[in-house]
Amino acid sequence: MAGKPVLHYFNGRGRMECIRWLLAAAGVEFEEKFIEAPADMEKLIKDGRLMFQQVPMVEIDGMRLVQTRAILNYIATKYNLYGKDAKERALIDMYTEGILDLTEMMLQVVISLPDQREAKISLLKEKTKNRYLPAYEKVLKSHGQDYLVGNRLTRVDIHLLEVLLYVEELDSSLLAPFPLLKALKSRISSLPNVKKFLQPGSQRKPPPDMKKIEEARKLFKF
Amino acid sequence: METSEDLEKLIKDGRLMFQQLPMVEIDGMTLVQSRAILNYIATKYDLYGKDTKERALIDMYTEGIIDLTEMMLQVVTCFPDQREAKISLAKDKAKSRYLPAFENVLKSHGQDYLVGNRLTRVDIHLLEVLLYVEELDSSILDPFPLLKALKSRISSLPNVKKFLQPGSQRKPPYDEKIIEKAKKIFKIQPS
Repeated sequence: MAGKPVLHYFNGRGRMECIRWLLAAAGVEFEEKFIEAPADMEKLIKDGRLMFQQVPMVEIDGMRLVQTRAILNYIATKYNLYGKDAKERALIDMYTEGILDLTEMMLQVVISLPDQREAKISLLKEKTKNRYLPAYEKVLKSHGQDYLVGNRLTRVDIHLLEVLLYVEELDSSLLAPFPLLKALKSRISSLPNVKKFLQPGSQRKPPPDMKKIEEARKLFKF
Repeated sequence: METSEDLEKLIKDGRLMFQQLPMVEIDGMTLVQSRAILNYIATKYDLYGKDTKERALIDMYTEGIIDLTEMMLQVVTCFPDQREAKISLAKDKAKSRYLPAFENVLKSHGQDYLVGNRLTRVDIHLLEVLLYVEELDSSILDPFPLLKALKSRISSLPNVKKFLQPGSQRKPPYDEKIIEKAKKIFKIQPS
């Protein structure tokens, strides 16, 4: 087995955080090479190491993978967190994509211009409350099991926990009407690898502040 | 879906997990989310590579194609006064980022297909988007001989050839009428 996976990104959550979570939950140690200046990004591009001149990029098992979903899919398969068959994978994919849509909305809030932020936060809270949280509460209610798919831990339980923590950062009262989600959040948080990742000193990144957002804006030119 | 009432009924009947389309009923499931649907079909019909590493390449390439397709969708859903700029952006990214990336893949192995020396889903996704970039600019493929060759080859596969013919379920390019109708049904706000 080659060495540890190496994650190339800036030192913030952005589009790499879900990958960090999945690796951590799978108990996989990983290294991070932080992009700190535009020159770092330019070098990666010039060296031809980014297929679409974009990060996240993860060096793993001799590959240089870009595209968040490609990276997540590979890790999930490798560490057996992607369900037992095609139908379970279909459910996992469907649920994961909803979570990624919600996470994308949150990312848009973070990078939005100040005069748009109020409106975007309102929309985000509305969709969270009326579309996404009810959908996952309903899944748990429908089968009464401890995990979203297949009665055992899969990637989507980790993705869901991550986004539930972000929902709470946004507005801690949003989860109140969803007892099954709250229970899942508690259960998954207690799994040893997850518990470790949630502790201070892990590679988990903090919420972005204005400084971090400006840093990302300079590096990624948005 | 002909009217917004059609969409509202689907939502009311609880058949859309996130109240959105596309939705595909297949093998007893009601699947939403394009990628979930694509992944299931590709697996079922053995168009998703032979192992995890091939799947990783297929996913990486597919995601790039989806990013480019999304850029072109923006041309359709944006405010009219932004359209020129969005078309420029899509063409520019196609020419400088995406087309070269896929030309390089073909150059690197010299094979007839993008992954694993046989047809997989990503060859189909690529053909589709190559046809769309040509609709934007008919000369855009000129600097990319391997992409042109792949386009030709994949277009000639029997099932694909059939789909390319008039009368198939392939949908035509957008016109103003179709765009307006979609915006009404999906209540799309330009962004």
